Amino acid sequence: MDWNFRNDQPIYSQLTQRLTEAIVSGIYAPGEKLPSVRELAVEAGVNPNTVQRALSELERDGLVFSQRTAGRFVTENENMITNAKLRIADERVEEFLHSMKTLGCTRDEVISLIQGAKEEEEET
Amino acid sequence: MSIFECKALTKNYGAKTVLDSVDLAIEPGRIVGLLGPNGSGKTTLIKLANGLLTPTSGEILIAGKAPCRATKAIVSYLPDRNTLPGWMTIAQALDYYGDFYSDFRRGVAEAMLMNLGLDRTQKIKTLSKGMREKTQLILTMSRDARLYLLDEPIGGVDPATRDYILRTIIGNYSEDATVIISTHLIADVEQILDEVVFLREGQVMLHESVETIRDEKGKSVDELFREVFRC
Repeated sequence: MDWNFRNDQPIYSQLTQRLTEAIVSGIYAPGEKLPSVRELAVEAGVNPNTVQRALSELERDGLVFSQRTAGRFVTENENMITNAKLRIADERVEEFLHSMKTLGCTRDEVISLIQGAKEEEEET
Repeated sequence: MSIFECKALTKNYGAKTVLDSVDLAIEPGRIVGLLGPNGSGKTTLIKLANGLLTPTSGEILIAGKAPCRATKAIVSYLPDRNTLPGWMTIAQALDYYGDFYSDFRRGVAEAMLMNLGLDRTQKIKTLSKGMREKTQLILTMSRDARLYLLDEPIGGVDPATRDYILRTIIGNYSEDATVIISTHLIADVEQILDEVVFLREGQVMLHESVETIRDEKGKSVDELFREVFRC
């Protein structure tokens, strides 16, 4: 996983996002046990309290649940994971549309660009 | 109770004031960056905490006590220079730490030395600067201390070794211990810090959580430091 962090945001929120993506993309499978706070901190090279905070966010989002002594696990509720995927996809689309707007592309141009890219992908 | 506390702490070297009425309290379980330009008082503060210097006025307290034998038993100190005798082998340095400190975890130290491929029969004086710094850090972090005082732990080493050292720090302190790291290589350490203290000309000009700085200012501690201390 990529553990580089941007300068202009808190680290915990970036870590939350990175871990959400790992769950959505199946790097951590439904029901799988997550590494411990300390293990994640060492792997990502960040403060353990930051990891703790990111994991609490994931718990709040329902993507992760903790069992008193056994540790933290990825939810087995596939709907939760799908929702998280759509949420991230939504954000990405918004970012994309924003950058297209900055370039001065009209809505129709953007749609035909996407269509073109899709056809190219299907040909190869 | 704070693990590390300064009350109107002042240190003069002759006519020069190096620490100027510093008030500072640091709680257990935190990793703290002690940051400031060269000559801002970082090393002096750490030496005061170890009882290597005595305050001109004011107080410095470790778990409520002025530095003494009892505080030295709970403080693990990494000086900013090599203090291991050059004639010792790494194995002898392990014995030396084991003799001095009852909280020394020899097994932990040996495992880390093995990970780094350090040969225990090698003499300290034949180690490269980077290897010597790693060895010293391993010895320091292998104590089960309540307060770690690390003076420039990543000063003279390459980026890969820096990474290793920072991960060693994160992986080896217990949850209720505090680690104070003095450095001017802020970008390298800021990810592992809970909070930072900016020292300027012997005074605390900022004591804040890293995430609060990033959240409120939208910039990294490194960027903030460059702005505040612009020459």
